[in-house]
Amino acid sequence: MSASVRRVAVLGGNRIPFARSNSAYAQASNHDMLVAALDGLIVRYGLDGELLGEVAAGAVLKHPRDRDLTREALLSTRLAPQTPAYDVQQACGTGLEAVILVANKIALGQIDVGIAGGVDTTSDAPLALNESLRKLLMEANRTPDAKGRLRLLTRLRPSQIVPEIPRNVEPRTGLSMGEHCALMAGEWGIARAEQDELAARSHQRMAAAYEQGFFADLLTPYAGLERDQNLRADSTVEKLAKLRPVFGGPDGTMTAGNSTPLSDGASAVLLASEEWARERELPVLAYLTHAQTAAVDHVGAGAGGNGNGPRKREGLLMAPAYAMPRMLDRAGLALGDFDLYEIHEAFAAQVLCTLRAWEDPVFCRERLGREQPLGAIDRERLNVHGGSLAAGHPFAATGGRIVASLAKALRERGSARGVVSVCAAAGQGVVAVLESGGQPA
Amino acid sequence: MSDRYVTLVNTRPGGMLARRVGLPRPVALERYRPGEPVIRGRVLVGGAGGEGVARPLLDALVGALGEAGCELATSVDDERLRAVVAQAGLDATVFNGEAPGEQRFKALVLDASGIADSSELVALHAFFHPTVRRLERCGRVIVLGRPAGECTSVRQQTAQRALEGFTRSLGKELGGGSTVQLVLVGADAHDGMASTLRFLLSPRSAYVSGQVIRLGGGHAGAGGAPEDAGAGQIDWERPYGGRTALVTGASRGIGEAIATTLAREGAHVVGLDVPALSGELQSVSARLGGEALELDITAPEAPALLAERFADGLDVVVHNAGVTRDRTLAKMPRERWSELIDINLSSQERIDDALLAAGALEAGGRIVCVSSMSGIAGNAGQTNYATSKAGVIGRVQALAPVLAERGATINAVAPGFIETRMTSAMPLAIREAGRRMSSLGQGGEPVDVAETIAWLAHPASGAVNGNVVRVCGQNLLGA
Repeated sequence: MSASVRRVAVLGGNRIPFARSNSAYAQASNHDMLVAALDGLIVRYGLDGELLGEVAAGAVLKHPRDRDLTREALLSTRLAPQTPAYDVQQACGTGLEAVILVANKIALGQIDVGIAGGVDTTSDAPLALNESLRKLLMEANRTPDAKGRLRLLTRLRPSQIVPEIPRNVEPRTGLSMGEHCALMAGEWGIARAEQDELAARSHQRMAAAYEQGFFADLLTPYAGLERDQNLRADSTVEKLAKLRPVFGGPDGTMTAGNSTPLSDGASAVLLASEEWARERELPVLAYLTHAQTAAVDHVGAGAGGNGNGPRKREGLLMAPAYAMPRMLDRAGLALGDFDLYEIHEAFAAQVLCTLRAWEDPVFCRERLGREQPLGAIDRERLNVHGGSLAAGHPFAATGGRIVASLAKALRERGSARGVVSVCAAAGQGVVAVLESGGQPA
Repeated sequence: MSDRYVTLVNTRPGGMLARRVGLPRPVALERYRPGEPVIRGRVLVGGAGGEGVARPLLDALVGALGEAGCELATSVDDERLRAVVAQAGLDATVFNGEAPGEQRFKALVLDASGIADSSELVALHAFFHPTVRRLERCGRVIVLGRPAGECTSVRQQTAQRALEGFTRSLGKELGGGSTVQLVLVGADAHDGMASTLRFLLSPRSAYVSGQVIRLGGGHAGAGGAPEDAGAGQIDWERPYGGRTALVTGASRGIGEAIATTLAREGAHVVGLDVPALSGELQSVSARLGGEALELDITAPEAPALLAERFADGLDVVVHNAGVTRDRTLAKMPRERWSELIDINLSSQERIDDALLAAGALEAGGRIVCVSSMSGIAGNAGQTNYATSKAGVIGRVQALAPVLAERGATINAVAPGFIETRMTSAMPLAIREAGRRMSSLGQGGEPVDVAETIAWLAHPASGAVNGNVVRVCGQNLLGA
């Protein structure tokens, strides 16, 4: 094993525009979309026929036939078929975690270049056999004689025709992501107006970024889409205020406007060592310098818990609030030390809960064990080119979208530092630091 | 003795009927069971006024609530209080009136002692307006204020006195078995709030509402501050462990409940009653593992006998024994008057004088007298009784500073309508009126009086001295 750790360069990224569920990409599979995102990246960076160190990608909603989705997609691209690949799955953290995995191999000298990506479709979601029908068929499969199998057939019931539909719920709590976030919003007292304001700004900033051509070298048009379908350039707080709450009951604060919609899309990020980038004369946008994943106990004591005594239940999407200080401490940085902040807007309330937690002396002391709060961040530096509320959020594709956009934005600022924070289902969160400029090693 | 109406309206058809007809629907009050936490549910705490100045009372309040194991919540934008909570090493959720979510509270506690001007009273509205509807059943509201003697300006004293009108009114508004109290905390009593907060938050204070309680203010006995009684080390499950308590009139009714409650809290209870009630007294004492003392407190030799009996020390005296001899004054023979005054008031004076002269009452000792709502409000047909019970209040007020010098305290409870044999003998109409004419819409139980006494006589209640606390469900009479 190489003794030294190398700097990991982010060279660029590519994604297809994100579509709303059951819309532009209704006929596209995960495989198709991931191939499209990869091929766009390959063309842009001249990787045709190249043998890369590896490709790591994943999807949250996968068909059983999507075994080795990434490897199969790779074989459909113009990369050398000898390039190894594997699937990653960590809910909405998938994309960023894949970036970290590839980056770590580059840092350790195990590979020189790799692609990290993610894809998801909620339009082509897998339907499974009804569980009782599946069990019956499995039993039939185990029954040796025809007579026995016939007898099993008599146990067939019409109700077993109904397939098992994948639902966006936490297995251990039975609550949807939105319901969980509504609980958090209630716990942290996040008002409707704050959420609508964040959502409106996300749309307005992303629309402006499109106008300025910021996404020109970050996107490849796909299936007739050239922009994210969910983006509403004319979104305003006033319009958003008219929407009815969808989570948290009639008095809830979360609407379809300040929550991300189900979406389809794919993204990919090219990562390499500095030497590799130099040889290809590819400019480095930024370096991935620190990363941290954390998880919280969103189940707590009682049903579904592991019975380790009384446990304090944490909000499902609060894990980034824990990951961030751990990473900052290791990096010797403070929360205020960044020029840009990219916090994944799963829900406006999630972002606001996280920011409030970092500002709160009680949370920082009780949950994070810190004498002082992490503090507030400059909102003018937060999601400057819009976020998931505007772009949409195909679960595993979001990490790649954010890393590529942030790397480019940092490069534009010369010497700058940015941080990414992504919350994920099952109480997980991933954060990472990107830095541009500085002296090449 | 049971209140069948409360039982009825707390059934589904009964409740529906009462709602249709427009009758009051008192809720079945939660009452304390041993082993329970101080309070089940979230406690929203806030501080009003005094921007930018040190708030030692607020610090102490947060500390005491945390030590009592309360699940805390604060307003989302009260940065000062969040910092106090963090400093105390406690957890607390946040509440935003604009985005309340599903939040409910079991108690609302506001430190209003920082309010120094009538214009700042709007803080009461700011804190309670978005939250009163979020109070759970049998909820608790506690407002902390500053004693008049410690106010440094006319405006401050005005604003602080205004708090009383607020708490008394809110008590009448809340319903749902919830109670409201104003606690005036002297500068010397910041560390002596624990027993009072625990009592007022818990179901032990089920039938106490609309009261103004004074802590410290120069009359504190021993046991208020942690260094006095070791409140830090106090066993809150059995605070009376190793303590001896004398309870007069212990054979039945409220007296029996007092003896039972003190024994539950770990006290060695000496129950006293007249020889005529020997059988009942013996069985109570046997059940509690205490002692029975058959004695007529009005007997000339009683004070000396008691002083001798408790020469080794006595921690708690509860003057509960009392009688009624109702008759309008015009029809009242002199002996009916004199006998009652002797039993209800004079005998107490003689006994306490003897106990104090003999030094029987330990430092940290507690005397609790049972007064009565009649002693405050007066009652037709009870000139004798009300005279005696008002006299008891006078005794408490006069003796408090004297006992404070010895590190002891004296307080009184003033029961309202308590369901006993005495009240079950009342005519129906008067009984029903007595029960319903209160904020809680029902009569109290003997145990409600007993729990209140157990708080007043608590080893950690040194800061509570010279108080008369009504146990009346905020009865309309004399309030």
